[in-house]
Amino acid sequence: MQVHKYDVVIVGAGGAGMRAAIESGQRAHTAVLTKLYPTRSHTGAAQGGMCAALANVEEDNWEWHTFDTVKGGDYLVDQDAAEVMAKEAIDAVIDLEKMGLPFNRTPEGRIDQRRFGGHTRDHGKAPVRRACYAADRTGHMILQTLYQNCVKHNVEFYNEYYVLDLLTVEEEATREDGTVYLQKRIAGVVSYDLATGELHVFQAKSVILATGGAGKVFKTTSNAHTLTGDGMGIAFRKGIPLEDMEFFQFHPTGLAGLGILLSEAARGEGAILRNSEGERFMERYAPTIKDLAPRDIVARSMANEVREGRGCGPNKDYVLLDLTHLEPAHIDAKLPDITEFARTYLGVEPYTEPVPVFPTAHYAMGGVPTNITTEVLQDNDTIIPGLYAAGEVACVSVHGSNRLGTNSLLDINVFGKRAGVAAAEYAKGADFVDLPENPEADTVALLEHVRVSDGGEKVAAIRKELQDTMDANMQVFRTATSIDKVLADIASFEERYSRITVQDKGKRFNLDLLEAVELGFLLELAKVMTVAALHRQESRGGHYREDFPDRDDEKFMKHSMAFKDVAVTAESSAEHIAGIRLETKPVVITRYQPMVRKY
Amino acid sequence: MSPVETAESAPEPASKIELPAHLGGGGEIPTFDVTLRVRRYDPEFSDESKWEDFRMTMYGTDRVLDALHKVKWEQDGSLSFRRSCAHGVCGSDAMRINGRNRLACKTLLKDLDTSKPILVEPIKGLPVEKDLIVDMEPFFQSFREIMPFLINRDHAPTKERLQSAEERARFDDTTKCILCAACTSSCPVFWTDGQYFGPAAIVNAHRFIFDSRDDAGDMRLEILNDKEGVWRCRTVFNCTEACPRGIQVTQAIAEVKQAILSRQV
Repeated sequence: MQVHKYDVVIVGAGGAGMRAAIESGQRAHTAVLTKLYPTRSHTGAAQGGMCAALANVEEDNWEWHTFDTVKGGDYLVDQDAAEVMAKEAIDAVIDLEKMGLPFNRTPEGRIDQRRFGGHTRDHGKAPVRRACYAADRTGHMILQTLYQNCVKHNVEFYNEYYVLDLLTVEEEATREDGTVYLQKRIAGVVSYDLATGELHVFQAKSVILATGGAGKVFKTTSNAHTLTGDGMGIAFRKGIPLEDMEFFQFHPTGLAGLGILLSEAARGEGAILRNSEGERFMERYAPTIKDLAPRDIVARSMANEVREGRGCGPNKDYVLLDLTHLEPAHIDAKLPDITEFARTYLGVEPYTEPVPVFPTAHYAMGGVPTNITTEVLQDNDTIIPGLYAAGEVACVSVHGSNRLGTNSLLDINVFGKRAGVAAAEYAKGADFVDLPENPEADTVALLEHVRVSDGGEKVAAIRKELQDTMDANMQVFRTATSIDKVLADIASFEERYSRITVQDKGKRFNLDLLEAVELGFLLELAKVMTVAALHRQESRGGHYREDFPDRDDEKFMKHSMAFKDVAVTAESSAEHIAGIRLETKPVVITRYQPMVRKY
Repeated sequence: MSPVETAESAPEPASKIELPAHLGGGGEIPTFDVTLRVRRYDPEFSDESKWEDFRMTMYGTDRVLDALHKVKWEQDGSLSFRRSCAHGVCGSDAMRINGRNRLACKTLLKDLDTSKPILVEPIKGLPVEKDLIVDMEPFFQSFREIMPFLINRDHAPTKERLQSAEERARFDDTTKCILCAACTSSCPVFWTDGQYFGPAAIVNAHRFIFDSRDDAGDMRLEILNDKEGVWRCRTVFNCTEACPRGIQVTQAIAEVKQAILSRQV
């Protein structure tokens, strides 16, 4: 086992990780650890744009953007964080342009902007052109531009190093009111080198988690195979809470049956949704902004059309995205990639035929709780010095219960930058925390279990069944009954997981082993999502309970905080669920009092 | 600034239209049997590489990646390959399929001749690590050498730099590169001479040389004028054919050659 020493270690090389690395790398001795190669991360799959109130093509300002973000998140957004994001959005876009990002341009040569769901002029009066974009490959351009600038600044990457543990220590500390508590501190991380199977310990003054999402808990998803919630999982196992995990976004327009994302930019450019009767059904659900309503509303409307028998296709299980009234030249200029996806994967020609679509699991609004400086919280208000998180792994919370389109590319840039600066500045004034004795012990035990277990259960079979039950019972419509079903299923999966067999017994590139470890994270996170969904007896944003169809601000205008807690047993818990303790955290409200959310 | 209605806002589409009958659907998704013949290699257990056949039933829209997953998840967990996004944007799963470089996630089985075994091998010219996994480091080294980042010596403006739509269009094609190495590892010159920069590095140099905001075109042209630079290209067009993003790679290389000769960008 090798031990490395860096001021700052960044876990993950997607948008947030590399944006952080550009800042941190110029200020402190920094390493980026990624389980992939850089530019393989799923930031590159983002398509439509990145919103900022540049007002390049029509009147706009950051306060409207803040309001849209808060309303879009159904008022569960921390408004101080949303304000930071909307304000800093403008510089974030300009920073990227200066780094070389090839944005589409207006006739005057400025950055062009287009419409996107939920982004409006003057507090909901009409759609506004706020999304800065590069065709329908904005995420690709962001990822490439950030990697190019990491090369420019000689950022040190450890490719295919899979981080499996956070090294934390706890010491007694006293609060201002005299109460004693255990203060966590970060000492480093443990990683597994995929090429050799060797463990590497990285001691660091600061650690930034930028590991992305966990979409693979669902079957139909726009997410990459590699998005298995590793960062959330390792934090949770170390006693760090996870915030608002019941809120998962289902993007309305995934290619039917496949889940591959077709950007909301299609609707921003004028495409519309139709049911089996050819009807533009969004006129009924969101009369003012119709097809450009926020994603939770559009996804639920689509699922409802299918449920009421107005779905299309042999099994009447999808609806249609109609671009046929748009000029082919306009489609080629603005939406080249997504139309190619429709041709390649479904054999549909979008110029002349509507494209089969259905909601696809897309984005975790919840994650590792942080403050607006991206410092990770160990409870509602105690930070863990030196530990930061940014991007989808984090919950700051700018997305509340439903993220607006484009705000994730914005989130990774604004909070990735903040994390890089904060982590480097902290490292300058801090000492290394001593590594715990046998820092690799937990990781060795984890891998050993997976390697030697020979009960014959297959990882892929358990994973498929998990994804099936999550799609069937935890998608856009949920009830106490459907949630209970998932919990019962997960209990049986956990038991089977203890008896898995990994066929590959080698050390080199043992991706079989990797998938087994990833499944452990998926099971753990699915359980947290489901338990949090059970507790939230209301409907808000992406979380819709058919047995509690209204938003209930009195009881639930608060974040949920899930802790791993072995002291909670099936007997001691009201819901007979062991191992998870749920608490709540107040929502930060600055300017906007909750209102009824209509579009 | 006052709100403007742009020419782009299309007229409101109809609230209701007649849909063609076939969208009502019917019929079933066809299934078929395929044999995947995969080049296996794991130096931890043997120095020899060998072909191994896997037989399976697949569906109409399945891709080569789905077939590889079926092997890994149901038949042989030790089969190793890289993949991530699974829809052709991350560049992880370039491999040689029936003798041509492609992305496994973008190659539909039904588009191949499934009456014969489908040959799957690692891309050529880079050291094989295990099965379909190659060492990508030499590839990324060439990429880094052409200074793949915007260099602008002017004082930075407070807002964005201006660029006309035409100037932006000049290098659009080469911004699409996903660094999958399908082009470079399809190039016969690269196979015989690992020192050659290869098409992907030249494509990425092109992306900056022809960007109106960049000031370091001369430096990049100098680098590519090297004996291992653009002049090694024999215009075989393998790279253009291999590119899963449809980049006109050979044309980009020709434009760089032309720019070196004329020293005009």
